Amino acid sequence: MSHFEDVIIDIQQLSFSRSDRPIYNNVDIKIPRGKITAIMGPSGTGKTTLLKLIGGQLNPDSGKIYLDGQNIPTLNRRELFVIRERMGMLFQSGALFTDMSVFENVAFPLRVHTKLPEDMIRDIVLMKLEAVGLRGASELMPSELSGGMARRVALARAIALDPDIVMYDEPFTGQDPIAMGVLVNLIRRLNESLGHTSIIVSHDIQETLGIADYIYLVADSSVIAHGTPEELKEVNSPQVRQFMEGLPDGPVPFHFPAVDYHDDLLQRGV
Amino acid sequence: MESLARLGRFGLNNLASLGRSGMILFQAIVARPQPLTMFPLLVQQIYFVGVLSLIIIVVSGLFIGMVLGLQGYTILVDYGSEQAVGQMVALSLVRELAPVVTALLFAGRAGSALTAEIGLMKATEQLSSLEMIGVDPLRRIIAPRFWAGFICLPILAAIFSIVGIYGGALVSIEWLGIYDGSFWANMQNSVDFADDIVNGLIKSVVFGFVVTWIAVFQGYDCIPTSEGISQATTKTVVYASLAVLGLDFILTAVMFGEI
Ligand SMILES: Nc1ncnc2c1ncn2[C@@H]1O[C@H](COP(=O)(O)OP(=O)(O)O)[C@@H](O)[C@H]1O
Ligand SMILES: [Mg+2]
Repeated sequence: MSHFEDVIIDIQQLSFSRSDRPIYNNVDIKIPRGKITAIMGPSGTGKTTLLKLIGGQLNPDSGKIYLDGQNIPTLNRRELFVIRERMGMLFQSGALFTDMSVFENVAFPLRVHTKLPEDMIRDIVLMKLEAVGLRGASELMPSELSGGMARRVALARAIALDPDIVMYDEPFTGQDPIAMGVLVNLIRRLNESLGHTSIIVSHDIQETLGIADYIYLVADSSVIAHGTPEELKEVNSPQVRQFMEGLPDGPVPFHFPAVDYHDDLLQRGV
Repeated sequence: MESLARLGRFGLNNLASLGRSGMILFQAIVARPQPLTMFPLLVQQIYFVGVLSLIIIVVSGLFIGMVLGLQGYTILVDYGSEQAVGQMVALSLVRELAPVVTALLFAGRAGSALTAEIGLMKATEQLSSLEMIGVDPLRRIIAPRFWAGFICLPILAAIFSIVGIYGGALVSIEWLGIYDGSFWANMQNSVDFADDIVNGLIKSVVFGFVVTWIAVFQGYDCIPTSEGISQATTKTVVYASLAVLGLDFILTAVMFGEI
């Protein structure tokens, strides 16, 4: 499937396991440049792990992860430092530094990677905070924010350096409908106007189908389907249908294995 | 057979975690130090780790010194040598009690806090997030905390000694009526700088190193969940206390045991 004109991240035959449990087994994923690619799948399949592999925080057991021709697992610390300047990552929990104010959190990557004067840093930080609607919260500490607000501040921090690639780990979880709409628009706008490549890990099927250009469905340590949202809607595999339609019963079990439900309930009454 | 395998696995796990902790120590401290960026972080950590431990150290030192004065007096008075109580208080504090009790209190007060703080940073992905921004968490988070503990413990132990000696003096002179001239003169004559004070200092430097190392490693290596953090905090206090007591015996044997 080399039908993308321009691939920015090319993952080849990636295998990764955690204490003998395979998380990925010979997986190939290509991320097109300047597009929004979604990684979807049941929780615990290793979506966050994939983002960490791309960021060079974890090393695969085998396989290659090329970013513009550079194989990330083979880079040394200094090369990783340079390449991470091109990546922004929005962590699932926000991961704001709890000992810094909102302003300092967003300013942090700028202070690390640039030697900009203080007033320029201030302007950039306020612009990024304005984009997520939280300029007024710049003096608050992370402990004073709600979960959804913290995630938006973290997004402002992730895009502070105008990275080429932004990775979003579950950006929609815990957002109220208004913030959700704002976020969806923001991600789309960043992608369109600045040409960011976006990788979104998400459970929220409707929102993700709405903005993704391309989708990978991962389950059972491999990619079970991939394609544009339209293509995926046509796939007939029961596993894919189950996930796309959010049904509890199907090839992917929702229930943990248990004795028969009725028997279990009746036994209580004896 | 099964138990043999379990013993082997236990040994291997411990060896592996010793190796990991050594690597972390090396990368955080020995490799590529950055004094300029670290200095403000270090000052902040010295405040958290050292200054905030002052109260517990001063209060414990005072009480232990007072108890030593009382106990020493009741023993020595039988031999008519209660004038030597100053010497007894000072020697037991400087040689043993100040380094050991300070290290134990420090493990409980500051070590557990360090572990919990670093563990929570790991669980909330702050360490990952630093790494993604391109900042090495070992240098930014671990190194200043380690140095702060290493620097503060000997100073706290010295404060413990001084306060303890004043506590002993308070009880002996003001309460039990020992002549203050002989209290201080006896102490001055018997406490040797090289043998007693330096050896006590060496002990507290070693304890500072070990306790802080255990604390930051347990935090950095913990399982990033709430149970994981609570386990790691317990481990810090238990391992650090055992290490302090064991090392104290070894150091005492080497320093004072004439072997
Ligand atoms: N630090 C870790 N140590 C051990 N196992 C982990 C760790 N982080 C995640 N895992 C395991 O790896 C699997 C994949 O995790 P993750 O990538 O977070 O899943 P997802 O983001 O798809 O929900 C999970 O089963 C999880 O239990
Ligand atoms: Mg996840």
